[in-house]
Amino acid sequence: MLKELKPAFVVFGLLTVLTGAAYPALITGIAQTAFQDQANGSLIVQDGKTRGSRLIGQAFSDPGHFWGRPSAAAPMPFNAASSGASNQGPLNPALEESVNNRIEALKASDPTQTAAIPVDLVTASGSGLDPHISVAAARWQAPRIARHRHLPEEQVRELIASHTEGRQLGVLGEPRVNVLELNLALDKLAATR
Amino acid sequence: MTGNGYLQIGLYLAVLFACAWPLGRYMARVYQGDIPLPVRWLRPLERGIYRLAGVRGDDSMSWTRYALAVLIFNLIGFLAVYALQRLQDVLPFNPDGMMATTADLAFNTAASFASNTNWQSYGGESTMSYLTQMLGLGVQNFLSAATGMAVLVALARGFMQRETTALGNFWVDLVRSTLYVLLPLSILLSTALVSQGVVQTFNAHATAHLVEQLDFEQPKLGDDGQPLKDAQGLPIVEKTTTGEQRIAVGPAASQIAIKQLGTNGGGFFGVNSAHPFENPTPLANFLEVLAIFLIPAALCVTFGIYVGDRRQGLTILSAMTLIFVAMLAVCVWAEQSGNPLFERLGLDTQASELQAGGNMEGKETRFGVVNSALWATVTTAASNGSINAMHDSFTPLGGLVPMWMMQLGEVVFGGVGSGLYGMIIFALVAVFVAGLMIGRTPEYLGKKIEAFEVKMAAVAILVPPLVVLLGTAIAVMADAGRAGIANPGAHGFSEILYALSSAGNNNGSAFGGLSANTPFYNTLLGFAMLFSRFWLIVPVLAIAGSLAAKKSIQPGAGTLPTHGPLFVMLLIGTVVVVGALTFLPALALGPIVEHLQMIGAR
Repeated sequence: MLKELKPAFVVFGLLTVLTGAAYPALITGIAQTAFQDQANGSLIVQDGKTRGSRLIGQAFSDPGHFWGRPSAAAPMPFNAASSGASNQGPLNPALEESVNNRIEALKASDPTQTAAIPVDLVTASGSGLDPHISVAAARWQAPRIARHRHLPEEQVRELIASHTEGRQLGVLGEPRVNVLELNLALDKLAATR
Repeated sequence: MTGNGYLQIGLYLAVLFACAWPLGRYMARVYQGDIPLPVRWLRPLERGIYRLAGVRGDDSMSWTRYALAVLIFNLIGFLAVYALQRLQDVLPFNPDGMMATTADLAFNTAASFASNTNWQSYGGESTMSYLTQMLGLGVQNFLSAATGMAVLVALARGFMQRETTALGNFWVDLVRSTLYVLLPLSILLSTALVSQGVVQTFNAHATAHLVEQLDFEQPKLGDDGQPLKDAQGLPIVEKTTTGEQRIAVGPAASQIAIKQLGTNGGGFFGVNSAHPFENPTPLANFLEVLAIFLIPAALCVTFGIYVGDRRQGLTILSAMTLIFVAMLAVCVWAEQSGNPLFERLGLDTQASELQAGGNMEGKETRFGVVNSALWATVTTAASNGSINAMHDSFTPLGGLVPMWMMQLGEVVFGGVGSGLYGMIIFALVAVFVAGLMIGRTPEYLGKKIEAFEVKMAAVAILVPPLVVLLGTAIAVMADAGRAGIANPGAHGFSEILYALSSAGNNNGSAFGGLSANTPFYNTLLGFAMLFSRFWLIVPVLAIAGSLAAKKSIQPGAGTLPTHGPLFVMLLIGTVVVVGALTFLPALALGPIVEHLQMIGAR
């Protein structure tokens, strides 16, 4: 028993230094040298001000902005200091109530839009920070944006198209639109007109 | 499922096998001491560790000594993680000022990471300091994985050795697993992940100025920092407006790489690989989910080479793959079919090139349905337990798949090392059952399987179900157990059954709605994790020791071949029958009845 104690402590100590200190330090060195932007959170900086991260969603409720996925993070939606999901089961009455409320809010925002609402626009994301919506969800909102921004709908659809990310390498993942980047582009368009 | 869905899954399996083959050969050389050229420059470091530790490489251990070394080493790891959490408020690398954790949470987390379970009772970015994450959790990610690999190698030696007690040296197997396998792979993977957007920094959180001001309600705190309550005992909320978003960052990539490769699964962030900083792009997702199966699949190849018959390893790999593909198909189908509620409410749930459709509650847009279901099946087939979508919000059958994959005993790929040694135990039972049927003494890989091995195999197979079912029974009977339930009805029972299945098979994933950070669950699940990890390792090493002491016999005319389609089917049958018979009654009370309710409500 005692015979194994020394190697146990020494091996544990040395491997701790190697895997717990040297390894993360090495990776941080590589990351901060080769991928500085990504390693620090892919931040969007405009005029010296940090507007957000390309990877982290923000809450939008102004009808002149595209809305993102519902967020279950607490205490505020899109709380990037404490991610969280609804964890509601498929038969939970609370899920039905939440989804119904979101449907009502979307219909109220654009009573003339009669197409079926894409499911991702009324279901909470896994992280509560999802920066994307589906292309269908962006297009569903296009008429409302056009009206509030006094833009031709065609131009809004073009903006969506130019901000659509396809499947990565043509195969992986799902086509999607980054809501924060799309809204920043929309604001920029309004400012230059 | 769309054509693209088949393509993504096909690509996954193709790349997995293409990588597992060379890695398996590489690992076989590492464990035989023939260190491959690209990492040979690390030899002095390896020898230096042995010299300082007083380890002699040729000092081969008996099974009892090997088991003792495993237990002492893991006890030290357990104590270190416990101490780091309790003292993190006074230790350095804590830029966001995290408090020391409670005793029950520290016990649970230490048990969780020492047992390669990595169940998370805590929220990563809001509870643990950078020091605890790196020096405690990060280190255990490596060492608990390396422990599993070492035990597997010892078992493989048990089949190879003849009439000896020697199973090799635990310290050598441990150091080689870490130095030559886990570290190089982690460096490659974490670099690739950072390029995709996974954060890696020692800075404190970033602050962004929101595009739109945000109104929200938050609980009002008293002077003591506790939420204030009104006369009815409800928390008092206050209206707040903020123009800022606090964005948590940290040294995440280095930890995420090893949490995937070592089938650990404990995330840097609370929502694990659903978090955009933990899993930012579909390519990052592909690499992370590939990393889960990589070493378990490659070890099958290693095992085949080690015992001198590659067909033996491929037979086990085939059995694992067939079970996995069948369960994956069910999960993708269930999630893509979605929740009838959404159709009743008139939503558009049809999958197309414009949206993933299906059941999107708790899923991320960039992953959609196929990648979420793929991850859920992979992470529970292997004992990884990381998630990229919320299993609690899956459809009943979609959630049954990950639950049952865990209940099968984490032998379908399973944990690094532990999955394969678990599957070999099932193979022993399979040859024993076949031996009874044809009236011959069972043999496996040239060793006679006798009463002692079968008894030990029975212990190893029966401990996890016992822990799961007894634990579930205790939790549903105790007030403190039922208090944690988040969803009403049968789903609430599923949450408890899932938690115990996860802890009792060292997986670590959760139906996240369950409030598990309570003294009751932290203690119950902590003991469940320790029991099922170490009460499995000891009988496995006992079998290894007993096999090593036996003669090797040449296969005769009456020997059942343990390779080829017939044995694949026999092995699948053994795993599935044991798993189904043990858990079908419990599953009927949870996901199965919930499914019937769901389609009944249509």
